Amino acid sequence: MSDDSQVVPVGAVDLGLAPVDTVAVRQGAFGASGSGDTSGFGGLVRPIEMPGASEKPYGGYFDELTEELELALADAGLPAESAIEKVVVDRGELTLYVRREHLLAVAQELRDEPGLRFEVCHSVSGVHYPADTDRELHSVVQLLSMTHRRRIRLEVTCPESDQHIPSLTDVWASADWHERETWDMFGIIFDGHPAMTRILMPDDWPGHPQRKDYPLGGIPVEYKGATIPAPDQRRSYN
Amino acid sequence: MSTSYESGEFVDGAATGAPDPAPGYDTTEGRVFTVSGGDWDSITIDPSLANERIVVNMGPQHPSTHGVLRLILELEGESVQSARCGIGYPHTGIEKNMEYRNWTQGTAFVTRMDYLSSFFNEAGYSMAVEQLLGMTDEVPDRATVLRVILMELNRVSSHLVCLATGALELGALTAMTFGFRERELILDVFELITGLRMNHAYIRPGGLAQDMPATDDQGQDMKVRIQWTIDTLRERFKDTANLLVDNTIWMGRTSGIGYLDLTGCMSLGITGPILRATGYPWDARKETPYCGYERYEFEVPTQTSADAYGRFLIRLEEMQQSLNIVEQALDHLQPGPVMVDDPKVAWPAQLAIGSDGMGNSLDHIRQIMGTSMEALIHHFKLVTEGYSVPVGQAYQVLEAPRGELGVHVVSHGGTKPYRVHFRDPSFNNLQSVAVMCEGGQVADVVAAVASIDPVMGGVDR
Repeated sequence: MSDDSQVVPVGAVDLGLAPVDTVAVRQGAFGASGSGDTSGFGGLVRPIEMPGASEKPYGGYFDELTEELELALADAGLPAESAIEKVVVDRGELTLYVRREHLLAVAQELRDEPGLRFEVCHSVSGVHYPADTDRELHSVVQLLSMTHRRRIRLEVTCPESDQHIPSLTDVWASADWHERETWDMFGIIFDGHPAMTRILMPDDWPGHPQRKDYPLGGIPVEYKGATIPAPDQRRSYN
Repeated sequence: MSTSYESGEFVDGAATGAPDPAPGYDTTEGRVFTVSGGDWDSITIDPSLANERIVVNMGPQHPSTHGVLRLILELEGESVQSARCGIGYPHTGIEKNMEYRNWTQGTAFVTRMDYLSSFFNEAGYSMAVEQLLGMTDEVPDRATVLRVILMELNRVSSHLVCLATGALELGALTAMTFGFRERELILDVFELITGLRMNHAYIRPGGLAQDMPATDDQGQDMKVRIQWTIDTLRERFKDTANLLVDNTIWMGRTSGIGYLDLTGCMSLGITGPILRATGYPWDARKETPYCGYERYEFEVPTQTSADAYGRFLIRLEEMQQSLNIVEQALDHLQPGPVMVDDPKVAWPAQLAIGSDGMGNSLDHIRQIMGTSMEALIHHFKLVTEGYSVPVGQAYQVLEAPRGELGVHVVSHGGTKPYRVHFRDPSFNNLQSVAVMCEGGQVADVVAAVASIDPVMGGVDR
């Protein structure tokens, strides 16, 4: 790359557009490789850019909420900058990216602080981003405050080499089964969970099926004179 | 009765007093006997074993566990010392499968999750995808109103199955026949509108697969048909109410059973009729409205008994309220399109209901095959490739019959979902089995589980 070309660090692209975080790069158009490409579409390279950190003001109740949280964390002796990696406001939804070592402290404040009062842990699930180096596994926590009629999302990441995230079961008992499912499907180990066992797959199942590197499986469908490959082996658009 | 298979000779163990063919084995906790079927007398004939704690696997094939739910009960006599759930039997990997199909095909998968509330799954998924596409406000009003009509009728049909199977499990067979009889009226309406009774794939991102037909199978106006169904249901609900509401046996089996107060509900994230039976009128349709629910007048019924009987009364009342909403929605229903005006998202495919059910519209086939090659190419590309959805994630919550359904959808900008997760209310609510059942009688486990109304297709997905 020549010196006068603008080198843009990943995660801080600024072209006057909304900031983005590149989580992966997609190549080609048909999801298949190895066959001869005469269309030229196989040469396509497109970065996959998730919405990046938002700047204040966030709009709506998000400003009030984040201020409350910052004050509450400061009272607990934990600066918000060290606990919260970034705040993303996208499509009217607020996502707090929380560093895993401070997840429990943040969760406790979100539940107990009168101005926050997220009484209900709605859902915990995982997402696997194999190309997001050192942040491959994301645990996504959806919270609901019935007192204030608010919903927010926490996102916690961990690398595949150290797939540990603290369990939320001490703060919200309802996280129990959701975390077991996330362990079952993604292999994230929730430290402090009372019974980290498989819940949907059989106890002796090897692997974590919803990871991206885990094949879908399936068998070719045979017709008279034709065979249709299994869904993950078919030529298809991506 | 036990049989000696090895010798090929029939031996009646209980009658001869012979030792059971499945003898016990010693463990660190004492002697353990594993018995399946057969006669308990052959075990308890030894008086030293009469007061032992026994572990009973109730299900997954037990008719009273409301589906393929396995309950692992530790019993001392009739009292439940510990109740745990084993789930995962109908796990089909729907979420993973969806990552390999395009966005439109996803509706055909999600409708099979919680198969008793298919329209809620379809609507939740479609609304989440619409949010990612940024076209929430562009969905035509007729599509939104039809979604409300279908969802509320679906709520009624789902509650009817809950009451019917719940009553069946407690031995009230007449209530069961009433429930399924009434449900069939609603499934008839579904079949007329979507062509299918249960798994519709009718609500699609952007709107609906096609418009509601103008007339029903008798040639009368569809609105009139739905109104007739509502009137008939109102009349027939009286049968169920007369049969059960003041029924001493029913009250005896359900009052005070499966108790879970507001604190417990909050801690376990319980929503739906179980939460409202504690007196807290939380309903996502009122608190965080979607699909224009703020336009409709309805009440959120509550009870304060926090038990199975309270949940039963709430479901009865919710069915009435849902019918009120459907009536109002019929008034709101204006002619118009049922799909967003975006040829890159809306399928050009038209379907028609023929004498053998839903199928291709011959007029549409004639157009694309006979007169317009461009239309044929466009149709082919959109159906085989699909459309791209902008990168991002969205979480859509709606009030399903069993509680709050949450749909988390992540897109990587491709023509297929990157990740779809359903926070199914049954999955979450089943966590309350232990706290509802422990310390009670084994017969009450059945009533408590029936009042949670888990649908295992949704629990295991």
